[in-house]
Amino acid sequence: MTAGRGSIEAPLALLAELTHRCPLHCPYCSNPTALTGPGAELDTATWARVFREAAALGCLQVHLSGGEPTARRDIVALVAAASAAGLYTNLITAGVLLDAAKLAALAAAGLDHVQLSVQDAEPASADRIGGYAGGHARKLAAARLVTEAGLPLTLNAVVHRQNLDRLPALIALALDLGAGRLEVAHVQYYGWALANRDALLPGRDQLEAATRTVEAARRALSGRLVIDYVVPDYHAARPKSCMGGWGRRFLAVSPAGRVLPCHAAESLPGFDFPDVRQVSLRQAWEDSGAFARFRGTGWMPPPCRGCDRAEVDWGGCRCQAFALTGDAAATDPACAFSPHHALLASAVATAAASGEGFTYREPRRQP
Amino acid sequence: MNPASIPRLAPGMRLREDKARGQWVVLGPERMFVPDAVALEVLRLLDGARSIDAMADDLAALYDAPRTEILADVLALLEDLHARGVVLA
Repeated sequence: MTAGRGSIEAPLALLAELTHRCPLHCPYCSNPTALTGPGAELDTATWARVFREAAALGCLQVHLSGGEPTARRDIVALVAAASAAGLYTNLITAGVLLDAAKLAALAAAGLDHVQLSVQDAEPASADRIGGYAGGHARKLAAARLVTEAGLPLTLNAVVHRQNLDRLPALIALALDLGAGRLEVAHVQYYGWALANRDALLPGRDQLEAATRTVEAARRALSGRLVIDYVVPDYHAARPKSCMGGWGRRFLAVSPAGRVLPCHAAESLPGFDFPDVRQVSLRQAWEDSGAFARFRGTGWMPPPCRGCDRAEVDWGGCRCQAFALTGDAAATDPACAFSPHHALLASAVATAAASGEGFTYREPRRQP
Repeated sequence: MNPASIPRLAPGMRLREDKARGQWVVLGPERMFVPDAVALEVLRLLDGARSIDAMADDLAALYDAPRTEILADVLALLEDLHARGVVLA
């Protein structure tokens, strides 16, 4: 077996977006604004084939996500199929549909790890942000069931202006729930989150206080809690290495079977993404024009072209470049060398003067 | 971590063969690393029953090397893996 044709490296991880169904309505949801209905979802056998093809292609991990992946009636069978394919299986869940029997079945099916999201540390605020009354209490119960089932737990806290001041309480919550790892992920502004940017984007002072909190907690909790911290692009001078580069490390499969370089790529115009019902994952990865389009550095315009960071950040995020400049091939405006960099400071200023109301994620209602 | 400790992989950490790349990898949540040949040898001996002392016996016999040096190397390696959250004692 080879690691891919020519200079194309094999992917390391697959993001399997099993469904767009979800009981929550988070206003920063990473799903596309045009959500897929249940009737268009891939069936169990097709997902099982996708998992086998991902492993054969070189993937080592699968992230079972959504929507809410446990909204799939066949979630245990899907975990078993992914595990049988040899993949490290990570369930990314809101937790509100989990009970002890389901968790025991998932553990027996070979689940390796659970990543549970929380919307805040304060219950009323958490329920308001998630748009689901009683959701926070159900998540805390789910977290305890995860550790009782003997499964390792990561707590995922998506943070923004309306919950960032409670970061110390979120860290305490992760410890209290027995999580080995906490992901503090600032909202990334595409799709639903972009529509809610004015209500979510933190200011510089609030962000810097949060960063100091994380740094202090990492020192104090070394060996007890691993804290991963994703900083927001809007306060950066250099872009993130989005997905580790287009078509380089990761691939995603949408609920309807589209093979994507990232979960948000369907927001880009002019693409015909491969359909896993028609082609193999290997064909999609190695032969499709969609994956070739922004792979490597050949597509880059100045100032990325010739930049000594071209192979560090790979030009940043294509979806963000398109969302902010209308050109998917532009340098990510998060880079200070981008001619559009001032858009970010202007968005921060606009958000600071804006209210707190949300446009909640709803099926069949685009923002 | 001391010679009597019985180390094991931390919850969520898995040692897997990466056939596509012809190597072994340690996988964890959003993490992966490729152990060098010595670390791989030690990781393969983690069975949740064997002490570090017993592992040093096995490796000293296998490599026909001085046991005190092997024990010191294995302890240092496992302490590093412990600090990185890969191994529990």
